[in-house]
Amino acid sequence: MEAGKEKPAYTKACGIIEMDDADFKRLGAWRNTNVRVTSEYGSVVVKAIQTTQGPHPGLAFIPMGPWANMVISPNTYSTGMPTFKGVPVKVEVAEDEPVLNSLELVRKACKGEI
Amino acid sequence: MAKIISDVVCPFCGTLCDDLEVKVSDDGKELLEVYNACVIGTEKFLHSQAEDRLTVPQMQDEEGNSKDVSVDDAVEYTAQMLCNAKKPLMYGWSSTNCEAQSVGHEIAELVGAVVDNTATVCHGTTLIALQDVGVPSCTLGEVKNRADRIVFWGCNPAHAHPRHMSRYSIFPRGFFTGKGHKARKMVVVDPRSTDTAKMADLHMQIEQGRDYELLSALRVAVRGNPLPETVAGIPRETIQEVAETLKSGRFVIIFFGMGVTQSLSKNHNIDMAISLTRDLNDYTKAAIMPMRGHYNVTGSGQVLGWQFGYPFCVDLSRGFARYNPGDSTSNDLLRRGEVDAIFVLGSDPGAHFPISSVKKIAKLPSVCVDPHITPTSAVCKLHMPVAFVGVEEGGCAYRMDNVPIETRKVIDAPEGVLSDEEFLKRVLTRVKEIKGVA
Repeated sequence: MEAGKEKPAYTKACGIIEMDDADFKRLGAWRNTNVRVTSEYGSVVVKAIQTTQGPHPGLAFIPMGPWANMVISPNTYSTGMPTFKGVPVKVEVAEDEPVLNSLELVRKACKGEI
Repeated sequence: MAKIISDVVCPFCGTLCDDLEVKVSDDGKELLEVYNACVIGTEKFLHSQAEDRLTVPQMQDEEGNSKDVSVDDAVEYTAQMLCNAKKPLMYGWSSTNCEAQSVGHEIAELVGAVVDNTATVCHGTTLIALQDVGVPSCTLGEVKNRADRIVFWGCNPAHAHPRHMSRYSIFPRGFFTGKGHKARKMVVVDPRSTDTAKMADLHMQIEQGRDYELLSALRVAVRGNPLPETVAGIPRETIQEVAETLKSGRFVIIFFGMGVTQSLSKNHNIDMAISLTRDLNDYTKAAIMPMRGHYNVTGSGQVLGWQFGYPFCVDLSRGFARYNPGDSTSNDLLRRGEVDAIFVLGSDPGAHFPISSVKKIAKLPSVCVDPHITPTSAVCKLHMPVAFVGVEEGGCAYRMDNVPIETRKVIDAPEGVLSDEEFLKRVLTRVKEIKGVA
């Protein structure tokens, strides 16, 4: 994070979704598979990894960063604070789709290319 | 022979560790090693030495191609952009010193800008709650010397504030806490079994977003009133055990983070957490403290507070200070398209704002003042690289408990790279010329 957000380390740390073993079984996917995460507000491709701080079946975690911000709820309910947590999402296997790095992701999203 | 600089303050998180040692080359130009810091703090110091670091301002054209421009051009673009805008947003301020913040606010007053800091997506809801119900708080020194019941609610200091537990909250032996962690009880509330939760004496693995219920239940349990069988997925007996553990302590401290401020109930969660703290004071001494993220977000709130009376989202566009979260907050302004220029300093909204807000930034005239290349600099028209405060520039910063600490300069910035304060002073001078103010 402090070593440069344009670097692969940032994508590796934040372009992920941490999922429980039980949820991998439900999804029918191996660990470290690229998945498409979709919410009411948007969609993003991230790598699904085994949770590092589990167990928490039914709950998935994307660290704060541009990937999470593609799918979180921007509603602030008059507090100024977008609803970063507790957003219902759908996770699908997307093996052939790449995880974009942070700069690419934000640039493409702003141009409406993804 | 390299020399060691001691008592260096770490400019990463709100813990603001002040015991770092930094090894620098004899000529003071190269930073070689960092001691005592956590991995993230060390990374920040060493990143200032990156060979691919940007030192020349970059201007983007319509197609997104960047070209080098001079510092004078950067000052001119920034001043013109701010003066020509009807209602510019000046956002960030959390990764810089109080001196630079103060200059920035002077510019904002002259151009009629909205000044908002990163609390807006972090502890802004906490600030709203403090205004609702007040706050019984303390300093981290008191925590170290007195606290024997430590609660981490919706925060994960093992990762986000790596030295918090060893310096202040869990492990240190203080004046009245001579046995260190052996005499402390640690309670963690988190929907995940985080690395912090794994260290806890009691972990309540709460259902996501049910903090308000659980805090209310704890208030009920503290008073000894009846509870339903489970609340927020936690059995009644566990809630009662936690309540008794807290009441039996000599000094309770509740630390809380993004788990409560960013979930759906937002400021109401904090209202309830503060009320729980107040209730606990009927039985023992209790205090509550937000785990502030950026090393000087607290300072930004302080400086805004003493200059304008409000801690974040201060709207100066009418010539006087207004504060109205939900109206004058960055994301609401951006979503509704109410601002016509963006100035970002010491923050990365490109990575930390919802993408709908970032898309708005990309469409507007925009300046990003940041030593790093970030998703924000990727979409802003002008990227002005500056010196790292706390590494190449000193200045005042406020720790998460509102204690001001003077950061230290350990090495020189690369030649020609200005500090935030120097850049802002030049913009201020130019703004005064354009506006015809003496």
